[in-house]
Amino acid sequence: MNNQYDAIVIGGGHNGLVAAAYLARAGKKTLVLEKRYLVGGASVTEEIFPGFKFTVFSYVVSLFRPEIIRELNLPAHGLTILPLESTLTPTLDGRDYLYRDGDHYQTLRNIARFSQRDADAYDEYARYMYFMAKAVRYIMGIIPPDPTTFNPKDMMGLVDMARHFLNLDQDQLYVLAKLMTMSAADFVEQWFESEPLKATLSASGIIGTFLGPRSPGTAYVLLHHYMGEIDGAYRAWGFHKGGTGGLAQTLARAAEAQGAEIRCNAGVSKVLVKNGRAYGVVLENGDEIHAPLVLSSLDPKQTFLNLVEPNQLPDDLVGAVRRFQTLGSSGKVNLALDRLPELACRPGPGRHLAGAISMSPNLDIIEQAYDDAKYGNFSRRPYMDVIIPSMIDPDMAPPGKHVMSCFVQYAPYKLADGEWTDEKREAFGDAVVNVLETAFPDIKDIILHRQVLTPVDIERTTGITQGNIFHGELNLSQLFFLRPAAGYAKYRTPIKGYYQCGSGTHPGGGIMGAPGRLGALEALKGGH
Amino acid sequence: MPLPTPFHTRTSAVCESYEWRNWSGYLSAGIYEMSHDREYYAIRNSAALIDVSPLYKYEITGPDAARLVDRVITRDVTRQKIGQIYYTPWCDSDGKVIDDGTVSRLDTNHFRITSADPNWRWFKDVGYGLNADVVNVSDDLAALSLQGPRSRAILQEVVSGIDFANLKYFHLAHGQVEGFPITVTRTGYTGDLGYELWVRPEYAERLWDRLIEHGTGHDILPAGIIPMDIARVEAGLIMIAVDYISSQHAVIESQKSSPYEIGLGWAVSPRKGDFIGRRALAKERERGSLWGFVGVQYDWATLERLFAEEDLPPHVAGRASRSAVPVYEAGNSSHHIGQITTHTFSPVLKQYIGIGTLLNPHTQIGNRVDVEVTVEFKRKRCPATIVPTPFFDPPRKKA
Ligand SMILES: Cc1cc2nc3c(=O)[nH]c(=O)nc-3n(C[C@H](O)[C@H](O)[C@H](O)COP(=O)(O)OP(=O)(O)OC[C@H]3O[C@@H](n4cnc5c(N)ncnc54)[C@H](O)[C@@H]3O)c2cc1C
Repeated sequence: MNNQYDAIVIGGGHNGLVAAAYLARAGKKTLVLEKRYLVGGASVTEEIFPGFKFTVFSYVVSLFRPEIIRELNLPAHGLTILPLESTLTPTLDGRDYLYRDGDHYQTLRNIARFSQRDADAYDEYARYMYFMAKAVRYIMGIIPPDPTTFNPKDMMGLVDMARHFLNLDQDQLYVLAKLMTMSAADFVEQWFESEPLKATLSASGIIGTFLGPRSPGTAYVLLHHYMGEIDGAYRAWGFHKGGTGGLAQTLARAAEAQGAEIRCNAGVSKVLVKNGRAYGVVLENGDEIHAPLVLSSLDPKQTFLNLVEPNQLPDDLVGAVRRFQTLGSSGKVNLALDRLPELACRPGPGRHLAGAISMSPNLDIIEQAYDDAKYGNFSRRPYMDVIIPSMIDPDMAPPGKHVMSCFVQYAPYKLADGEWTDEKREAFGDAVVNVLETAFPDIKDIILHRQVLTPVDIERTTGITQGNIFHGELNLSQLFFLRPAAGYAKYRTPIKGYYQCGSGTHPGGGIMGAPGRLGALEALKGGH
Repeated sequence: MPLPTPFHTRTSAVCESYEWRNWSGYLSAGIYEMSHDREYYAIRNSAALIDVSPLYKYEITGPDAARLVDRVITRDVTRQKIGQIYYTPWCDSDGKVIDDGTVSRLDTNHFRITSADPNWRWFKDVGYGLNADVVNVSDDLAALSLQGPRSRAILQEVVSGIDFANLKYFHLAHGQVEGFPITVTRTGYTGDLGYELWVRPEYAERLWDRLIEHGTGHDILPAGIIPMDIARVEAGLIMIAVDYISSQHAVIESQKSSPYEIGLGWAVSPRKGDFIGRRALAKERERGSLWGFVGVQYDWATLERLFAEEDLPPHVAGRASRSAVPVYEAGNSSHHIGQITTHTFSPVLKQYIGIGTLLNPHTQIGNRVDVEVTVEFKRKRCPATIVPTPFFDPPRKKA
């Protein structure tokens, strides 16, 4: 086996694959080293139960960067993002529901059943979010300038950014300030009063965080949803054919088409460093592979505390990374179903089951779910975002059968009463199915197989520290030029030739590919 | 007042949008849902069921049937096997296209022709003196198009008597559904794996019901002609009265086109026996054609910039536009070189694409041109590149 490359990417998650494609595209002989038997990381599809394909961890492609789609010509390699347009929120007793989809006036009528005031405010809210998303979207595509250095390039970057924000009028700037600091619940309560709507909108602010809808700072994450909408017909969000593993396969083909090589079952144990410069990696099996560029797509704790010796790094960085908040709070339950489940509030099949089903009947329920987690328990009545992938893509299950994906909060990484055990995992799974049953009374009769994943399971399979789905909390103290640590937000590390390109860097987690692209572009600049 | 098709009881029950189109005098769903997205993706991802009954259909029989068809169309009927289907244009004696459609050879002297416009009189007149019968069977055949990667799996469950694994692209077979006869052609207007199904109108509703019933597990959706329009542009397929004008409807000479000018040169067999338009087309081959058919891909980065000039994100319409836009020589807005006749955002390619006709030699693959786009009421020019068609050509189409 040839063991000399121009660039090595550690980790074959979606960001690692994107980074590899960009490096290879620039002519670098590139090798991706993936620990598992398949690429994708948190973006994998596996046939856990024969004939049923689970989009095991992530399930929707949320903010995948359009420039990556074009620059790597992903459609030619199989990119197919299918529409996932509607959101159905069952009420607490499961008897009624709020349904929103692309039929605008019907959506307004549906909201008006709960509150006429909310229906009237809905367009105004969407308009504000459009302006916010437009201003913030720009940041997603750039290497974050660092205000603490007085480097002229950074200063220019800040001026550029300011211009984007100053395009907003005063009203919009206020909204932006609130968005950056308020809780999701307080933010949406400026417009809305009805519970299913408030709860469902704020729920998108808590996904992946160890915070509740009433915790300050959660409003910012609401924007993510609208950033996808801005692209309109371009559709950079939705359900990828074959699940998010389908996207990883697309990216792997694109990287290979650029000339990158991908090795699975090849976990990296250490980055080789000599005189402050990286020159390769050692695999878990002891093999050495050499390259002057080494990029880690693993989370910051892996990148800085495990793959290199802390004594190779400055103390302030080690300290900052150790303090980087990574406590996982989300679980996942995947079900194989014998037939299409039936909603009590809207029986029968139909396209309402081809969208999201949000188990967020009211704000208190979600806040209480968080209360459980705050004190070290999994939520007895968790919040869930549910989809039925086989209603969108027939390849996910045999004809007539279905798969259901439930993203669940909260399941804290650390429980107050000791480690996660098999019994606790199953009890958590039962809590999830019990909530499902409030909406789908027949669900228990049709489950053929159940896969329950706690943050500990997520960590064990993907290697993500503490199972944090975004490789680290997405709150203001960990975003932008602070992600993962002040002074190291530009994909570089104190070790020459060693770069970061995973979700722990700007602009953060979620299937967007931006860290992979920006990390690779920074590494290609070199000069360090 | 447009008439219902034989599937109307079924299509009207699910047409939530009420967006009906008048297709040759029949009620045809533009889209069924409020947005075309899911119907479009049914074509590319699962299976879409499209009512194409308004097509004109003719049967030609009799001892001279093959000779008649051979005189009409530009392709060589003497080489057409029984069970084979030709897609072909037909021309007037000046070699200008009258219409285009499919010709199924059901037997040595038995053909079925589909067309967009009425053609009975034309076929009759061309056949003057030949011992062949032309019958308009438009109302005797209900037609459904089942398109998409799951179309074959669904038909295998619904239709008996046909070996679908061996039914090749542009071939046909006869079978049964619950005992009633059906003809299945492996054709379509989407550039995907797909079939068209032909039954007598009295069986139409039963066929629809069986397809929906068995298709549900394959995520089948009824789809209207608006999503189909996007797919056909991706497939590089032209539409009469949009991408070219029938020589029988043109009001000025320059509106007429030869097959060479609308991308159908490959369907002209110059060495076959005599056919209508043959001499004119031979001359055109010698002289060269004035116009040529092109597919263009807009430069997305510029498109984004043109929108950004107005402080807008790139907002492309979701539907195909059938209003033609002018094309100019690259960088020379005083030199008008043709038009893009249909343009659309391609959801599978994530590109803005169009088809049209340009003056030769601007039609060369790789040539750069400027296409007009309108942003905020302002006319702007977007560079575009001539690319080969089909834009989207999945292997499953012919596999
Ligand atoms: C349960 C769950 C649900 C989610 N849902 C969504 C969603 O619906 N939409 C969305 O946008 N985002 C979602 N996310 C977040 C999103 O999936 C992640 O932020 C993103 O996939 C991370 O990508 P990455 O490439 O940065 O890292 P990862 O996907 O973590 O990739 C890292 C890769 O490195 C490999 N690896 C680890 N250690 C080593 C080693 N020592 N040597 C070699 N390889 C190694 C891993 O196996 C993995 O393949 C979800 C995440 C989880 C966990």
